[in-house]
Amino acid sequence: MESIARLLQLIPKYSELPEFLRALIPVVVSCVVVFALLALAVLFLVWMERKVSAHIQDRLGPMYVGGWHGWAQTLADALKLLLKEDIVPASVDRTLFKMAPFIVFLGAFAAYVVLPFGATSFVADLNIGILYIVAVGSLSVIGIIMAGWASNNKYSLYGGMRAAAQIISYEIPSAMAIMTVIIPVGSLSMVDIVNAQKGGIQNWFILRNPFTFLGFIVYFIASLAEVNRTPFDIPEAESELVAGYHTEYSGMRFAFFFLAEYANMFLVAGVATTLFLGGWTQVIPGSFIAPQLLPGPIVFFLKALLIIFVQMWLRWSLPRLRVDQLMYLSWKVLLPISFVLVLGVGCLAVYW
Amino acid sequence: MDKNLLAQLVFYCFAAVTVGSAAVVVFSKSIIRSAFALLFTFFGVAALYAYAGADFLAATQMVIYVGGILVLLLFGVMLTHKIYNLQLKSETFQFIPTLVVALAVFVALAVCMMRTHWFNGGPTPAVPTTASIGELLMKDYILPFEVASILLLIALIGAAMIVRRGSE
Repeated sequence: MESIARLLQLIPKYSELPEFLRALIPVVVSCVVVFALLALAVLFLVWMERKVSAHIQDRLGPMYVGGWHGWAQTLADALKLLLKEDIVPASVDRTLFKMAPFIVFLGAFAAYVVLPFGATSFVADLNIGILYIVAVGSLSVIGIIMAGWASNNKYSLYGGMRAAAQIISYEIPSAMAIMTVIIPVGSLSMVDIVNAQKGGIQNWFILRNPFTFLGFIVYFIASLAEVNRTPFDIPEAESELVAGYHTEYSGMRFAFFFLAEYANMFLVAGVATTLFLGGWTQVIPGSFIAPQLLPGPIVFFLKALLIIFVQMWLRWSLPRLRVDQLMYLSWKVLLPISFVLVLGVGCLAVYW
Repeated sequence: MDKNLLAQLVFYCFAAVTVGSAAVVVFSKSIIRSAFALLFTFFGVAALYAYAGADFLAATQMVIYVGGILVLLLFGVMLTHKIYNLQLKSETFQFIPTLVVALAVFVALAVCMMRTHWFNGGPTPAVPTTASIGELLMKDYILPFEVASILLLIALIGAAMIVRRGSE
């Protein structure tokens, strides 16, 4: 946000505006910038998902729209979604039905405020950064339950309840995995966490010690479940529940669910990058080659894309888990492991 | 418009959200709407914490109340029978005693509010509170902290025991 405020100073007569406007405008501008970047990233991710899934299944995927490998396919699809009629079924709870997609999206979008894309490119560096991400993430759950209930449809209701059970179960191992990084850093701020990993790949938490390495794996599995990706996509299992909690949605509101899903995917990839893969810091230690090979934000995006690629790879290779298997994995496998990891990291912090 | 006025405006916005949604929680005829209105109440309280400079408390409020308690509450409501047509029947019983009790509570609260020396510094600059909370919990207040956690553990085990006995 500071860099945006500095850019705004270049506008003539900007400093003559009233003080509260000068406090407000950078906030609004940075939110709009983040939203625009997010929308672009989601368009790209949807295209990437279709290409990755197609190649895994020995197909080509979209090839025509836009010319080169169908790059404009999702642009066309997004335009179509925005122009479609917004249907609100007759017997839904109108207020809650209309509100739900925006609450789901808000939960995803608000977390981007603290995600550090580069050394200076972030909206705000809260000193409770990672806790804030966990906190606003819980808004999405409420939105999903709201959508499931308001639709007045049994498949939607099942989807919403499955989502609630799944997300609150996997929140605990994921929070414990986050603890394995917070204990050695000693700060909740995302910027501090990245700064603690400066200096190349050997300083990243994924390679720092065995506990944080396993912490990364636990976080990755739990985050897959938190964003309802296969193999944990029972809230919208299409073979059982039509489309789960967004069965009754169409047009613009459906687009918001879609946007939120991919925004959440990128968010958990970004959080994993920040916590375990060194965020925007360079891969190779500075002493070997030029210290700034690539700008920080590009390094960050490449690392996050790598994680997203693994998410997509898993989605198109693994079958869906049953509900009981899902609960077994969370409470009897991931949770004990993550407790041991936190204990181990704590012992290292005290005795090392 | 100076900064103080803007801060006050923000405060009153969040206070209105909190109180307004709390009113919906109490007066709504549909139990599920009450539950969803509770979301805005919790959110408003978290915003007020943040306004008072208690950032850690605000985030914890969101994690525990919105992410945990409210989700469980909604889960419970949805598992109840016939949620779609459930109408809450509210009638007025024993008007006079109710009025007396309500007035007594109101007077007690009002007297408390009048007598307290309120801390009203407006929006405090964001001083990191997390580290000092952690240090206090681990040094000065370690005994109450541990007692509370053991109490919660006992409650957890007890709840599991009760459920198990019921299913046999």
